[in-house]
Formats: sequence, C-alpha cells, structure tokens
Amino acid sequence: MIAILLTIVTAATPLLLAAIGELVVERSGVLNLGVEGMMVVGAVAAFAVALSTGNPWLGVLAGAGAGAALSLVFAALAVGLATNQVATGLALTLFGIGVAGLVGEGFVGVPGVKLPPLSVPGLSDLPIIGPLIFAQDPLTLLSLALTAGVSVFLFRTRAGLRLRAVGDAPAAAQAIGLNVIGIRVAAVIFGGVCAGLAGAHLTLVYTSQWIEEITAGRGWIALALVVFASWRPGRVILGAYLFGAVTIAQFHAQALGVAVPSQLLSALPYLATILVLVLIAANRRATMVNTPAALGKPFVPDR
Amino acid sequence: MRLELRPRANVPWWANALSPVAALAVTAAVGAVLFAALGKPPGRALYVYFVEPLTDPWSLHELTVKAAPLILIAVGLSVAFRANRWNIGAEGQLIAGAITAGALPVLAPGVSGAWVVPAMLLLAAAGGAAWGAIPAILKTRFGANEILVSLMLVYVAGLLLDYLVRGPWRNPGGFNFPETASFPPDARLAELITDGAFSGRANTGIVIAVVLAILTFILIARTLKGFEIAVSGESPRAARFAGFDERRTTLFVFLYSGAFAGIAGAIEVMGTIGQLRPAISPGYGFTAIIVAFLGRLNPLAIIVAGYLLALSYIGGEAAQMMLQLTDRTTRVFQGVLLFAVLASDTLLRHEVRLVRAKTVAP
Repeated sequence: MIAILLTIVTAATPLLLAAIGELVVERSGVLNLGVEGMMVVGAVAAFAVALSTGNPWLGVLAGAGAGAALSLVFAALAVGLATNQVATGLALTLFGIGVAGLVGEGFVGVPGVKLPPLSVPGLSDLPIIGPLIFAQDPLTLLSLALTAGVSVFLFRTRAGLRLRAVGDAPAAAQAIGLNVIGIRVAAVIFGGVCAGLAGAHLTLVYTSQWIEEITAGRGWIALALVVFASWRPGRVILGAYLFGAVTIAQFHAQALGVAVPSQLLSALPYLATILVLVLIAANRRATMVNTPAALGKPFVPDR
Repeated sequence: MRLELRPRANVPWWANALSPVAALAVTAAVGAVLFAALGKPPGRALYVYFVEPLTDPWSLHELTVKAAPLILIAVGLSVAFRANRWNIGAEGQLIAGAITAGALPVLAPGVSGAWVVPAMLLLAAAGGAAWGAIPAILKTRFGANEILVSLMLVYVAGLLLDYLVRGPWRNPGGFNFPETASFPPDARLAELITDGAFSGRANTGIVIAVVLAILTFILIARTLKGFEIAVSGESPRAARFAGFDERRTTLFVFLYSGAFAGIAGAIEVMGTIGQLRPAISPGYGFTAIIVAFLGRLNPLAIIVAGYLLALSYIGGEAAQMMLQLTDRTTRVFQGVLLFAVLASDTLLRHEVRLVRAKTVAP
C-alpha cells in the first residue's frame, strides 16, 4: 500500500511543482503556455549538469536556472512587448523542445545521477507520512512547502495582494502606483524556476535518465491542473495527486495485463484531463470567482 | 530606464509587409550565432539550410511535398485565430483525418475508380472536423478550456492511430511491421511531373492547398461569415450587438480548421507515405501555427510562409547530411522564428522609446 502511494507521490511531484508555479503566473494575469518547454529544458539541464559534475544538487540548480532563463524570453516578449500570450507560450514550448533535443542528443541512453532521498532524523521514521514525505526525494518536500508558501504569500501578505491586484485589474493597479510590468516579470520567472524544478525531478528522481520529450505532455497537464484548482493552491495538491494516481493506475493495469489496448491506458491521463476540464467548467460559479480577470490580456502601461 | 510602448496612430503600409522580413532576418542572425556555437561555419551552414535546397529540382519537389500540409493547416488555423479562438490541436485533427481517409482503402482493399480520391478527401475533412468539434462543443456547452482540450486530443489521436496500425488495421502480410497495407493506386494522389528532368515526388496536394487558400481568402475578405469572424475576434462585444452568435462562430472556426487539418493528413498518407503508420507527421500541426502567424493570418501570404517553413525542414535534412548537424536545430529555428514574428509585429505597431527616469505620479 505504502509502496503504491510512494509511486503516486513521485509521479505527482513534477505536476505539482509546475502547476504551483503557473498558478502564481496566472494570478498575475499572465498565461504562459510554455510550461512544457521550460520543463523539458529544465530536465535536460539538470541531467547534463548532474552527470558532468557528479552532483545532483547542482543539477537541481541548473534545472531551475534553465527554466528561469527560458521564462525570461517569454517575459521579455509577452510582458515587455505585450505580444500575444497564447502564441508566445506556444513558441516557447516549440523552442524548448528543440533546445532540449539539441542539448540532450548525446545523453540518450546514458545512465544518470540520482538525487538521494531525504533522511530527516525523527520525521522520516513517522508512520505513513514519514516514508511518503520525509524519506522521499527532497523535491517532493519542496513541492509541498512551496504550495503552502504560495498559499500564504497570495492570501496573507501585502505582496501577494498586489500580485492578485495586478492580475485582476492591471490598469487600476498601475493607477495606485504598482509596477505592473515588474510584478508580472517576477511572477513569470517564478513560474520558470518551478517548471525547471519539475523537469529536474523527472531526470534526477523519476527516471534518472534522459529520454527525448521526456515531459510527455506533463507541462500541459500542469496547466490544466491550475484550471482544475480554480487558481487556489490547496486544490493544486489534490489535483496533482489525483493525476499521479491516474498515471500509476495506468502502469499497474498494464503490468496486470488488463484486457484493454495499452494505448487506451496510455491515453487515460489525457482523457482524465479533458474530463476534469469539463467538470470544473460546468461549475461556473467557483470558476468565475477565482479566475484572474485580466488573464491572458496583454497590458500596455499608460503613461 | 524602461521601455515604453505607444500605439502608432496609423501603421504605414510597408510596415505590414516588412515585419515578416524583419523576423526572418532576426532568425537568420540567431541561426548564425547558433551554428557558430555548434562549431560550424555560419555562412556555409545558412547557405546549406536556406539557399541550397532552392537550387535543384529534387529538393524543390520535396519542398512542395512539405509545404502543402503546412499551407492547408495554417489557412484553416488563420480563420480560427482571426476569430480569436485558439485551436492548437491541429496535429490531432491531422491524424484524425488521416485515419478516416485511410479507413476506406484499409477496410476495402480492392477499391478502385476515380471516385476514391475525392471520397477519401471528404472523409478526411469530416474526420478532422469531427475531432476539432470536440473541443468546440465542450467549450460552447460547458465552457471547458478549448486550448487545453484541443491539445490533449493530439495525444489521444496519436495513441488511437498507434492502436489501429499495431492492432486491427495492421497489414496481415507485413511481417508484423506496425503499418497498414499499402494503399491501392487509385487511393494515391497523382504526381505533378512524372517524367523528364524536372520530375519528382510533388503531388496534387499542393494544388488542393492553393485552391483552398484562395477560397478561404475570399471567405475572409468578401463574405458576411468572414466579417462575422473578424468582428468576433476583434471585439466580442460588438459581435454580440450585431447579433452574431458567439457559440456558432466557435463551432464554425473549429470545424473549418479541423477539416483543413484533416485534409492535410489525407494528403500526407495518400501522397508520399501511401499507408498508415504510427507516425505520419513531423509536427506539421504545430509548425503550421508559426506559418499562420508568419503569413499574418492572410491565406495568400500563408502560401509563401508555408514554403518558407517547409524550407526549414528540407534545410534541416540537408544540414544533417552535409554538416552533421542534428535536425533538432530545425525546431529551435522554428521557435525563434515565431518569437521574432510576434516581436516584430509589436515593434512595428508601436512606437518604442527608452524612458530614462521613472515618471512620478502627480
């Protein structure tokens, strides 16, 4: 039982990391569809640096840095130059997949470096929670801590209030003296760091090898999770673990030889995403209240 | 110091034409830097990539083979993007169209006659439109996010094709290869030039693409539907006042772009491939988004843009052979190109100024 829960947590962590980052980005009014691209570049950067230095921690840093670097390109265009956010995000994904393929070409099939699991004296020995959280890889703990931190930041701090104001009414936010562009750029970079970390988790924990397009749509599922969570951090955890469970259920069903085509099982996470998007959208009130009002709309500051 | 954007009162006519050219120049410059970083002589690499394929008939044919699906998909997408509806699942609709078109020769191996090709093209349009209708209906009925649903369906379509060619539709006499039997001759598109020095693989797909591009241009520029789409995209409020039904517009543009992507899928499998396989497209559905923007959502300009992006594929293959450059550089190029197109659009429509001091609120 614990073993299955463990695999679910491991499958959920990259989704949670990427989604919590994108949640902050979207709360600031920016829709960055480039999560998949930032994630895959983070994955290859983490793998390459961990392999060449032998230090997985440097790999984690490299993943975060690579995600941030890519998000800066997006910030410069979509926030700085107010380009169409949907198209710019797509370009970021195409670009990221290309760059990752280019960098990763020599690494296909090379065994990587694994990030060692945590061992916190006292906490790791707790029943259930111990093995699930405190004896897992450190990124899992980080993902939960980040989610809690984001929740406190958004709803309990002045800076969080400002970020939400920028996402709901950028013109009004500017009128009261907030630096809309600056806040949005900062949010986009945070999203890049998180997506990069999610990628690092894939190559340093989840598989510990590099496979072309290793993200397999996880960046897009993370985007859907933000909608599923109706932009509330706590619900992202729920969504991420639900999707982790779907992924793992699919593996187990395949291993058990369930009499359905394997392709149908592989399609489950994507079909589940569609189902979830429909169910959430049908509950219009919850969605309307929490959707950042200015989401996806380019903002050109007034003089 | 900060950038300040001020919308231009009137965009000069040459700016519209210039922005794609500027974007290409920027991409070439980035390419030169990239090649230098990879240790290849930049001038020679750019020549191999972007000029050499234009110099012999064989690669002109290959260019046309790749341009046809790109043009078709991008023309369909331009209609959706004009309406500010985001269908990013064209790759899935392409696969759906290939499946429904391929169903005919796979399930009826002996088909023959002049009706087969048009029938398959219609089946493909219906299949692509049906796949595109899913996100549209989920959007209009339930309000589900059409961007994410259309994208998710790309993966589902890919897995469906994979299941068919490995399972029920696998060629019984094919030594267990995951592919269907080859389509009969009457289910194939004819090649344009079959003999002489200029013969090659280019087929009637490009003719279909250009004709549909022209028809779409007329739809956009000369019909009420085109006007409805433009108004709906630029000002949804105005569209509502005019009595245009938003949901019907959504459904229309998704069906339209889905059908075009479906036909592109049919052209792929009825042209050069000649059967169904697990992978039938090198990401045409995504590259076509770049084509649509490079062509500024104008179906006639998209014909040129389609050839340009096709060149990036052919050039990538050439560079792979002659310079041992990986074909991943093609994707990087394509991403940079879309960045450059989007940026140059903003830069030409706005006056950009560097402002030194922060303006103090009065």
